Amino acid sequence: MSGILLPKRKLIGRRKFLGLSVAGLGATMLGGCDRLSESPKFEELLNSAEGLTYRAQRLLGGRKSMAREFAAADLSPDFKVNGTHAPDTPEYAAMQENGFADWRLRVDGLVVSPLDLSLADLRAMPQRAQITRHDCVEGWSAIGKWQGAPLAEILKRSGLQPSARFAVFHCADVYEHAMDGTGQYYESIDLIDAFHPQTILAHRLNDEALSVGHGAPLRLRVERQLGYKQAKYVMRIEMTDRLDQLGRGKGGFWPDRGYEWYAGI
Amino acid sequence: MTSLSTADPQASASSGRRLVQRHALATRLTHWINSLCVTVLLGSGLQIFLAHPALYWGQSGADADRPAFEIGAETSADGAQKGFVRLGSATFDTTGKLGLIGNADGDFTERAFPRWATIPGWRSLTLGRRWHFFFAWLFAANLAAYYIFGLINSHLRRDLVPTRQQLHPREILADIVDHLKLKFPKGEAARHYNPLQKFAYLGVIALLAPTMVLTGLTMSPGMDAILPWLVELFGGRQSARTIHFIAATLLVLFVIVHLVMVLLAGPINGVRAMITGKLAISTEDKK
Repeated sequence: MSGILLPKRKLIGRRKFLGLSVAGLGATMLGGCDRLSESPKFEELLNSAEGLTYRAQRLLGGRKSMAREFAAADLSPDFKVNGTHAPDTPEYAAMQENGFADWRLRVDGLVVSPLDLSLADLRAMPQRAQITRHDCVEGWSAIGKWQGAPLAEILKRSGLQPSARFAVFHCADVYEHAMDGTGQYYESIDLIDAFHPQTILAHRLNDEALSVGHGAPLRLRVERQLGYKQAKYVMRIEMTDRLDQLGRGKGGFWPDRGYEWYAGI
Repeated sequence: MTSLSTADPQASASSGRRLVQRHALATRLTHWINSLCVTVLLGSGLQIFLAHPALYWGQSGADADRPAFEIGAETSADGAQKGFVRLGSATFDTTGKLGLIGNADGDFTERAFPRWATIPGWRSLTLGRRWHFFFAWLFAANLAAYYIFGLINSHLRRDLVPTRQQLHPREILADIVDHLKLKFPKGEAARHYNPLQKFAYLGVIALLAPTMVLTGLTMSPGMDAILPWLVELFGGRQSARTIHFIAATLLVLFVIVHLVMVLLAGPINGVRAMITGKLAISTEDKK
């Protein structure tokens, strides 16, 4: 029987063996990475880097570090619209119809006195204008001039209960028509970012009223974090002590879908 | 800490080969941790790049701006889909390799890099980022450990900084000729790195690796607020992203040359030295 006969010569040479070994090792490793990517335990390990990044950046930067502000000459000629281009609900269409005259920003949750602010109220508050760089998680950047009321001013008016730890921004856009109702866009930040001087609720971009594509009538600017934290179409600011009871529990639409809640990197 | 040139007392001179202590434990450990990190960072970095496969110079850059480098897919005049790589104004057809990748069903998918090159293989910016940042921390910590040990046990100064003699043009030229002839040092000469080897290692350790870390940090809006000079240093966040990509490409080239040299110089001896610390050198053909 030929099956038990030993081969008379080496089936493969040393060089070929080495080549095959390297290729095999590579394939096993990449396959291994894919399998590890599917393991919840391993994902938890990878996710631990987020806490390290958050603590390191808070330790080094804290309340004081400021995002770079640019000159008018640096403005991007075309500021890319990303995410929702226009909320597709009849409620939003109705608000847009009459120029957001009936729109109100609700501020509630763990505040001393809840507020309902019109666009005129927000324009009458102290204003901040800043030319900053918007960094998308995808990798691109655009520079724009944002103007609006500092969130700190709004929270000064509403007052905070001592237990408040996060500001949650509820938005008008349903980004994904998820069956469990978690498709509504929302975002949240800690109090360090909430009271940062560059954190504003912008109603103007490049000296014009905010367009629908960029989040009319009001969007958040939290300049030391990535684009998906800059919630558009903000309808309500809820002060809260925990994030695990909102959406899928991770503090934001994209964090609920695997992205970092702390998007300073 | 042991050094490159400490002779092993147990080495047998009679066989014509003897084992000498080559790499300190710290060097070996950091080398293998680094290999793991660089592999994962490359794969996950390419995964992240899939989300926006274009590079720009300057502070900003997006769809409306002109990229310096781009990988993509487009429909050509004859209606066929083509993958392309564009560098400045030069466009190269890379259908099937880059930009437009063939899948198992024989169809093409728009994708800058093929599945085998990214971590994970399927498209996932979230997982790519999770892998990348975890191993970026490990890479940076490992690099810091390497520098610290390298200073403490004099590995950097003694083994990697070229001697005055090695910096002589004649010596460097001779080493280039040796490399071209694939002539590798034997005997006592094999105990020390040659000039080109030192330049390559120092280039990676002192230049490329810190560049990777710093350009990586420059892409972080949080770090830009903390260290504003980072953005100045690289001429903008998008420039930093481009330099990150270039430095990664140079690192890949280094690894390819490094692996080829290991294979040519004797892979078993070389790899064993990086695992056990002991290198076999011949005692017969002493220089």
